[in-house]
Amino acid sequence: MLYREAGQFKTGYNTDQSIFPIRQDRWAIALFLAVAVVAVPLVIDDYWAKAVLLPLLVYAMATLGLNILVGYCGQISLGTGGFMAVGAFASYKLTTAFPDLNLIIVLLLSGCVTAAVGVLFGLPSLRIKGFYLAVATLAAQFFLVWLFNKVEWFYNYNATGQITMPPREVFGFLITGPEATPAATYLFALGFLIVFGLVAKNIVRGRVGRMWMAIRDMDIAAELIGVRPLMAKLSAFAVSSFYVGVAGGLYFTVWFGAVEVTEAFDINQSFQVLFMVIIGGLGSILGSFLGAAFLVLMPILLKNFMVNWLGVAAVTAKHVEITLLGVLIIFFLIVEPHGFARLWQILKEKLRLWPFPY
Amino acid sequence: MGDSLLYFIEVTIGGLLAGVMYSLVALGFVLIFKASGIFNFAQGVMALFAALTLVGLMEKLGVPAWVAIVMTIGVMILLAWLIERLVLQHLVNQDPIILFMATIGLAYVLEGVGDLMWGSDVKALNVGLPDGAVDWMFDLGIYVTKLELVAAATAAALVAVLAVFFQRTRIGRALRAVADDHQAALSVGISLRTIWVIVWSVSGIVALVAGIMWGSSSGVQFSLSLIALKALPVLILGGFTSIPGAIIGGLIIGVGEKWAEIYLGDYIGHAIENWFAYVLALAFLLIRPQGLFGEKIIERV
Repeated sequence: MLYREAGQFKTGYNTDQSIFPIRQDRWAIALFLAVAVVAVPLVIDDYWAKAVLLPLLVYAMATLGLNILVGYCGQISLGTGGFMAVGAFASYKLTTAFPDLNLIIVLLLSGCVTAAVGVLFGLPSLRIKGFYLAVATLAAQFFLVWLFNKVEWFYNYNATGQITMPPREVFGFLITGPEATPAATYLFALGFLIVFGLVAKNIVRGRVGRMWMAIRDMDIAAELIGVRPLMAKLSAFAVSSFYVGVAGGLYFTVWFGAVEVTEAFDINQSFQVLFMVIIGGLGSILGSFLGAAFLVLMPILLKNFMVNWLGVAAVTAKHVEITLLGVLIIFFLIVEPHGFARLWQILKEKLRLWPFPY
Repeated sequence: MGDSLLYFIEVTIGGLLAGVMYSLVALGFVLIFKASGIFNFAQGVMALFAALTLVGLMEKLGVPAWVAIVMTIGVMILLAWLIERLVLQHLVNQDPIILFMATIGLAYVLEGVGDLMWGSDVKALNVGLPDGAVDWMFDLGIYVTKLELVAAATAAALVAVLAVFFQRTRIGRALRAVADDHQAALSVGISLRTIWVIVWSVSGIVALVAGIMWGSSSGVQFSLSLIALKALPVLILGGFTSIPGAIIGGLIIGVGEKWAEIYLGDYIGHAIENWFAYVLALAFLLIRPQGLFGEKIIERV
């Protein structure tokens, strides 16, 4: 009744090809954005920013990137943690080398650096496929983390091997460092996510995105109809790594502010982002957001529930949490292997007919 | 014999024996991948879980080692049955990546359950395996522990048994049929579900052996599950579907790693064993994309 597109006529190609062709969708998105941009910063406090919203934004960004590679181009990568480390260290080196450079430019540049590294480690994908490639990308993960630990130049020769973000301002607002207000950091990360979410949505429905999907569905057939695998695969690696790199940069600059590479970017990070992609839905932009939200919020809820309500000891709670997380993942894969994106689609179909399903 | 030559021999033997340990873990992967096309990431955690159960049974019940081992084998078979019942059965015909993710979920569950049941502190595992250096080799100036030799012998025996099992028995033949083609196997009356339970049980037992070997040498703790990450390069080097590949791949990786650590370590920095194996395997893959012994991938459009 409410969600019905009947009567919304398209009179030109512009309206027909718009990102959100249905009026109700546009309103919903606008409303959601208004809440996220205007209302949330008014009520945000430090706990919400650091524990809930920033993780959400950062992981959504990383998931978006990995989904481009895994969901759209069909190349499984387990090197996400390593690429996030590249983004983090690139932004650290850039911002300490050029203190006056705008943080936005710093993050974009670190995305580009990560893209270059991603292309380098994507080269084997031209030769090897499937799980062989997945294991091969682990080489990137382990090598990069080792490199950032080993070469002192990356952490400016300090004694601890830890990198710490100096305070930086963007347009007069303090964004990083301990003095930054939660609202400012949140809005900064949100801005990145909104812009790059739109960019991703547009890339995947254009020529490049279709090239990737052709490669994903069957690379030999795609090659026969004129898609160049070299271009398609490497561009997917580049774009995906760019996103992951920016996510890594945000992770370091606005979320944590100080990072120790072996702890922050280990292999579990890679798996976690891959989980978000799969639970959200392979090959879906919306799914990336939903998957990230689920896996960020779920452990927090579980932990609060067990420690505060049931009074379980924190150590036991940790074990129960990891067990439950595993159970939940398996449960979701069994119930809906296509992820939240598919659930959303079903819901939309139902909503169209509601309340008269026949 | 000069000292450097002796040292070289010692390093090589050490590498070969470490490689055998990697092979033990890789074997479990290969078995499951062959029979069901599932890339079982939980293999390392299965080894940890088996070792934890073994230690727990020995400590809590005070039974002798061999009884505990038999009981642990029972637990692993039960586990295989549960996994088939609760997870795999519902995921037939899904994409490989979904199954892969499910096994990572499984790894989380096993890790959590193992810790909840037996606690997460480091435990010593002693099932009466010999310890210390091999005397006659030590006299020659080469340091090799008895445990490593036992591990190598066990691995050899295990591979021999598996080879006979696969080639000569009725179940083994059914397993190979399933590995070739699920649907064809089904159509000639082989029960996929039984086969899966069997193959997961077998790889559970292999995990137990790996868990005993690794646990005896370095204690039973969470890091035991990380040996799965050591076995992965072995796996891609040897090919996902080849048992001999797992053995030879393990030996190559073991020796390569040791050589690199000793002879390259001075130039590019130490602690490279985390990634060197991967790069080595990657180099091999660029020449043979299906691994040394993997089946050639034939694609049709």
